[in-house]
Amino acid sequence: MIVQLNEIETAVNQFLDQAFSPDLSLIEWRQRLVAAGWAAPSWPEDCFGRGFTAEQTAVVDRVFKTRRIVGAAQVGPRRLAAETLLVHGSVDQKNRYLPSILTGEHSWCQLFSEPGSGSDLAGAATKAERSGDQWIVNGQKVWNTSAHHADFGILVARTDWDLPKHQGLSYFLIDMRQPGVEVRPLKQMNGHASFNEVFLTDAVVRQDDLVGGEGHGWAVATTTLSIERQGFARGRNPRATHSAPAQGRVYDEEAKELEIDNEPYTWYPQREGRPDLVFERARETGAISDAAVRQEMAKLVCLSEAAKISARFVAAHRKLGNGEVLPAGSIGKLGASVIARQAAQVHTMISGTDAMLSGSGSPMDGVIAETLISVPAISIAGGTDEIQRNIIAERVLGMPKEQRQDTGPFRDIPRNIS
Amino acid sequence: MQETFTEDQLQFREVVRKFLHDKSPMSAVRQLQETESGYDAEVWRSLGQDLGLPGTHLPEAYGGLGYGPIELGIILEEMGRTLYGGPFLSSAVLAGYATSLFAEEASRQVLIPDISSGILRVALVLDSLSCPELVGKTLTVDAADRLTGRAEIVIDALSADELHVIADSPNGLGLYRVSPSAEEVTLYARESIDLTRKLSSVLFDHAPVERLGQVDAGGLQRFWDLACVALSHEMIGGAGALLESTVEYTKIRVQFGRPIGSFQALKHRCADLLMALEFAKAATYQAAFSLAVDDNPGFVASMAKAMASDCFMETARAAIQLRGGLGFTWEDDTHLFFKRAKCDEVLLGLPHVHRERMIQQMEGNDRAA
Ligand SMILES: Cc1cc2nc3c(=O)[nH]c(=O)nc-3n(C[C@H](O)[C@H](O)[C@H](O)COP(=O)(O)OP(=O)(O)OC[C@H]3O[C@@H](n4cnc5c(N)ncnc54)[C@H](O)[C@@H]3O)c2cc1C
Repeated sequence: MIVQLNEIETAVNQFLDQAFSPDLSLIEWRQRLVAAGWAAPSWPEDCFGRGFTAEQTAVVDRVFKTRRIVGAAQVGPRRLAAETLLVHGSVDQKNRYLPSILTGEHSWCQLFSEPGSGSDLAGAATKAERSGDQWIVNGQKVWNTSAHHADFGILVARTDWDLPKHQGLSYFLIDMRQPGVEVRPLKQMNGHASFNEVFLTDAVVRQDDLVGGEGHGWAVATTTLSIERQGFARGRNPRATHSAPAQGRVYDEEAKELEIDNEPYTWYPQREGRPDLVFERARETGAISDAAVRQEMAKLVCLSEAAKISARFVAAHRKLGNGEVLPAGSIGKLGASVIARQAAQVHTMISGTDAMLSGSGSPMDGVIAETLISVPAISIAGGTDEIQRNIIAERVLGMPKEQRQDTGPFRDIPRNIS
Repeated sequence: MQETFTEDQLQFREVVRKFLHDKSPMSAVRQLQETESGYDAEVWRSLGQDLGLPGTHLPEAYGGLGYGPIELGIILEEMGRTLYGGPFLSSAVLAGYATSLFAEEASRQVLIPDISSGILRVALVLDSLSCPELVGKTLTVDAADRLTGRAEIVIDALSADELHVIADSPNGLGLYRVSPSAEEVTLYARESIDLTRKLSSVLFDHAPVERLGQVDAGGLQRFWDLACVALSHEMIGGAGALLESTVEYTKIRVQFGRPIGSFQALKHRCADLLMALEFAKAATYQAAFSLAVDDNPGFVASMAKAMASDCFMETARAAIQLRGGLGFTWEDDTHLFFKRAKCDEVLLGLPHVHRERMIQQMEGNDRAA
């Protein structure tokens, strides 16, 4: 086994010297990557990876970056699906799905929220019924990002209506390219349409695409949610950037792939409030000489720097093998919201009345306007601020839970009527 | 630069925590705050002579422990948790740093061993506790080596063996040594909001001085950063202890037939406080790690001071509110933390002053780039 960082570097370079050519097709190249274990080196050795630590993985990433090598597919919720399967998937599921996630052949979406249940994910009422050797699914999902591009979805559905809500759920992998699945884009307040509503009408799921066993959907979904929160906390963007503007088939195909896959995410940097633009804007407009603006700018810098430092501490802590730091995900997610709001406020102060304008001719050709009208999303997506505060208070600080109104058989619990 | 605490540092924290837990319980803090000196001489002796804590950050060559701002920060965080009232901030931190930064070799050899063991308690006299630029504006030493002027607020001066003073002179800023018992020196106690930290005013009228060394502007700023980061540790310690006790209280106090901690308004307030605390701790630890290796410490030192001040005050306000009427009583301990928070907030520069400095530093970097 390779352990030394310099040995890793040598091994990656050797592999790339032999295997990489810009004339390969994108899929061909990534298949080689997957076969050699370099597509996701942090994954376990029996799951297409090498069991590398974050530090070891960083070495691989660096080599790829300096040599401008196209890596595994990154964009969108595929990571949620993959990392959940790593924890809960069967050997057969991992073998069937993980390679095509890495090669980019298949993209994914997350089918969790419903019109009647968002924060209360365990209240999902989409129905899955066993019929022979498959499951038949009926119901509606909503706010599903990039479902309009997706080949597969991770799906939470109810398989038992007589058990308490958390116990009657199951977790499925569903083929989105079938007649029983209809995807309709929804226009958002910022004009984009990155999320959708998804109608499931006698949609079919293979028996062996049930993850974690019947009735264990809540545990599996919790894993997905915690992966998702950590992504927010680390400011991980579901977008990907080109490995390099270079000549060759593999680069052309990557560019084409990203054009499609990144489409839902062009506004995602803006929903984080663009704190990176504040200094430049304050200088350009002269707002930097306003003492009140300077104070708010400094508050923003405090928050965003502290969030970064705090994430580094968590990573260093994890590296020492001290286990997961419980509050990290929720505190980071809440922090991202607070930072985004503060940044939007500072941008507003800097732009003054120009903050009314959008599009070309407006500050930064519309980037500031898009920021101001995209920031509200970050406090909702991936679990609202209020839900993060509940988690921090109850699970980290150990404050008492509220009395539940939703115990007993699911069918008797008050629900939204649609 | 260090990324997280080492095993040794974690053990060191345990030692300090246990010592303070045994020797400085809240009952002792409450009793001592009513005394003139504000501290227990036996605990101070043990802290200095048995553990050597006042010399933690001072050079080993002069009898200190030779550690740095990180270990000093650990002590102050633990002291902040218990509101320890001895002359640690005044003598070990402020005077200790001033001596090691500004005093000449011969004076260091004499002073640092005794400051480190706690045998010598020094009060550092500054004519401004709000920003380094104002230091030396009112205290001046004339050509005949006589000090004149007034320092409005000095910490622990009444119980100090010596006064060290930063004052202006014909040769620029210098660090001076003055005997508090000289007849040209007048000391009188000031009433302080925070009874655990004793304040006084000091008046000099042509008092004889011994010059310990030169103080340059860069050194003074470095001193200020070190002091701010030490104080930030005290503040996150206080905020941390206060948040814990507040959350515990919400679990046992029952209203409307349920623990008040089950009310979401209170949960959400506590969750926000925890986030602020985690961020303030991140900034403060990072500032100590940066100071230890001199990596752009000014910016993070100001960031730590601003964040820790706001966090401690916000936690103190909530800690009283969440206890209701009890929180507003003298008998409950919460107000002791509230008062410490208020004094720490203004000591060494209010948060807005440090925020302004952060922006100035960013502008400076921008210009340099
Ligand atoms: C940009 C974006 C992308 C998204 N992408 C996806 C996706 O890909 N897949 C997917 O499945 N979902 C996705 N979502 C959905 C998202 O997870 C939900 O919108 C979110 O969990 C909130 O659910 P809801 O919309 O039903 O609001 P509700 O749950 O009805 O919440 C309404 C309000 O009530 C508050 N509230 C609810 N319960 C509590 C409580 N217990 N305590 C205190 N306050 C409470 C909420 O905080 C909120 O303020 C996305 C949402 C957005 C905005």
